[in-house]
Amino acid sequence: MSIAEIENEIVEEFELFGDDWEGKYEHLIDLGRHLPLIDKQYKTDDRLIKGCQSKVWLRSEVKDEKIFFTGDSDAIITKGIVALMIRVISGHTADEIINAQFEFINKIGLIEHLSPTRSNGLVSMLKQMKLDAMVLKAQSLN
Amino acid sequence: METITKYSVLNIQKLRQDFPILSKKVNGKPLIYLDNGATAQKPTQVIDAISNYYETQNANIHRGVHQLSIETTVTYENARVTVQKHLNAALSQEIIFTSGTTESINLLANSFGKKYIKAGDEIIISEMEHHSNILPWQILCEEKGAVLKVIPINDKGELLMDEYKKLLCDKTKMVAVTHISNTLGTINPVKEMIELAHEKNIPVLIDGAQALPHIKVDVQALDADFYCFGGHKIFAPSGVGILYGKEKWLNEMPPYKVGGGTIKTVTFEKTEYADLPLKFEAGTPNIEGGIGLAAAIDYVNEIGLENIGAYECELLEYATAKLSAIEGLRIIGTAKEKASVISFVIEEIHPLDIGTILDKLGIAVRTGHHCTQPLMQHFGIPGTIRASLVFYNTKEEIDVLVNGIEKAIKMLK
Repeated sequence: MSIAEIENEIVEEFELFGDDWEGKYEHLIDLGRHLPLIDKQYKTDDRLIKGCQSKVWLRSEVKDEKIFFTGDSDAIITKGIVALMIRVISGHTADEIINAQFEFINKIGLIEHLSPTRSNGLVSMLKQMKLDAMVLKAQSLN
Repeated sequence: METITKYSVLNIQKLRQDFPILSKKVNGKPLIYLDNGATAQKPTQVIDAISNYYETQNANIHRGVHQLSIETTVTYENARVTVQKHLNAALSQEIIFTSGTTESINLLANSFGKKYIKAGDEIIISEMEHHSNILPWQILCEEKGAVLKVIPINDKGELLMDEYKKLLCDKTKMVAVTHISNTLGTINPVKEMIELAHEKNIPVLIDGAQALPHIKVDVQALDADFYCFGGHKIFAPSGVGILYGKEKWLNEMPPYKVGGGTIKTVTFEKTEYADLPLKFEAGTPNIEGGIGLAAAIDYVNEIGLENIGAYECELLEYATAKLSAIEGLRIIGTAKEKASVISFVIEEIHPLDIGTILDKLGIAVRTGHHCTQPLMQHFGIPGTIRASLVFYNTKEEIDVLVNGIEKAIKMLK
């Protein structure tokens, strides 16, 4: 599936909850519990994205010219959103990742979590994901 | 006890009507505002004072010959007197308008530091200070080669007074401590601390940002050399604050920022600065802020700080008992002398997660390190959830908070 297709899938999945914030957050928390967890040996300070409040760890690796992400966070709701991001972009090429818009976050009503004032590290994580893709693309061109 | 009954049972609902925002709904739920330690809500008395200023008086102060400017100058200077009386300062020129607590401390550290601090000197702060009462002193120490000394705390969140006594020495040039901890609620024994410092002729700054909304402050009784606070936490607008300083210090201290209003005469060779308080008030001040601050002080005094204190004490006891009963919840900050600020953590759950769910329930709390990272390091936690209560909060709201926390725990565990 393309990034856009996965985004649509997530939007449909969340539409089922309608105005039921509780259901939506319970789903998000559940997604957090099933996040492709970063291997402990890589959960190091250099992979730590510092938010003011919650921390996010992120690792990327390349397999067959596609980039795969694993991550973790010390807050479960943050972790749920990390899981969504990874689900959307992991396993795609550098170009696809660089061009991803992440509009689904707004569509499923979680945009507040990407506010810079939220200080949960997610905005920095998105930047890091794209940066990793750019670095890996540059490396492959060399 | 009559006053407690009067305010806790009968008049709280009436007082709440003074605050239009308290009838707002958030996420479809009635707003429960428990983030007063960050900023307090404003009563119509304050909002009206600001509107009235803009509708009938707006002009620059201390400048114009025209009627509006004269009226505004009088109103603004009356506001200064209101603050002076409220703090029981000896003179109105000892009241310096600033933009808030942060600017007050920056002003003091810069100005006092320029004149009095040299290499090898020591400045004492405490482990529970807000970053605003750490960084200005830290920068000053770095610039001057001075040393920052820190009074440690015990696990209840109380200052270790014996350690404080040991720190006071001939090298100490300033003690800067908070009156009430914004994170723990601890009320520090500032009178005693000032006495001890004065035995060695050391001046003391008290950061009263969290104290003014809760307790009566008398700077002469405390014998504080400097005392500061911001307006927004005592129901006044944001962007206005006060630095109180004893005249003898303020007269000796150089201006901190300069510009319009701070001078007697200016030539390109030499400037003669104005007398207090204008020496420290460069540029057009936050006039409506000062006027709003006076209105807020009048409002608080009308209710009576003793009544407020008694009611908040009752609220604190109630909230402490209710929250303590929640399984896995641990209160951070259990000092004997405590204001109505309750920080807590919940086993295995990140404070941000709890705060997010509470927000969905219309409950506003603060989560995080509360600008007191060294304190978080002391307790070995990433942050806390903080409910900071004032007189318009109710026991019913605490019940809703407790139910909200229990719901959040169920969702998050």
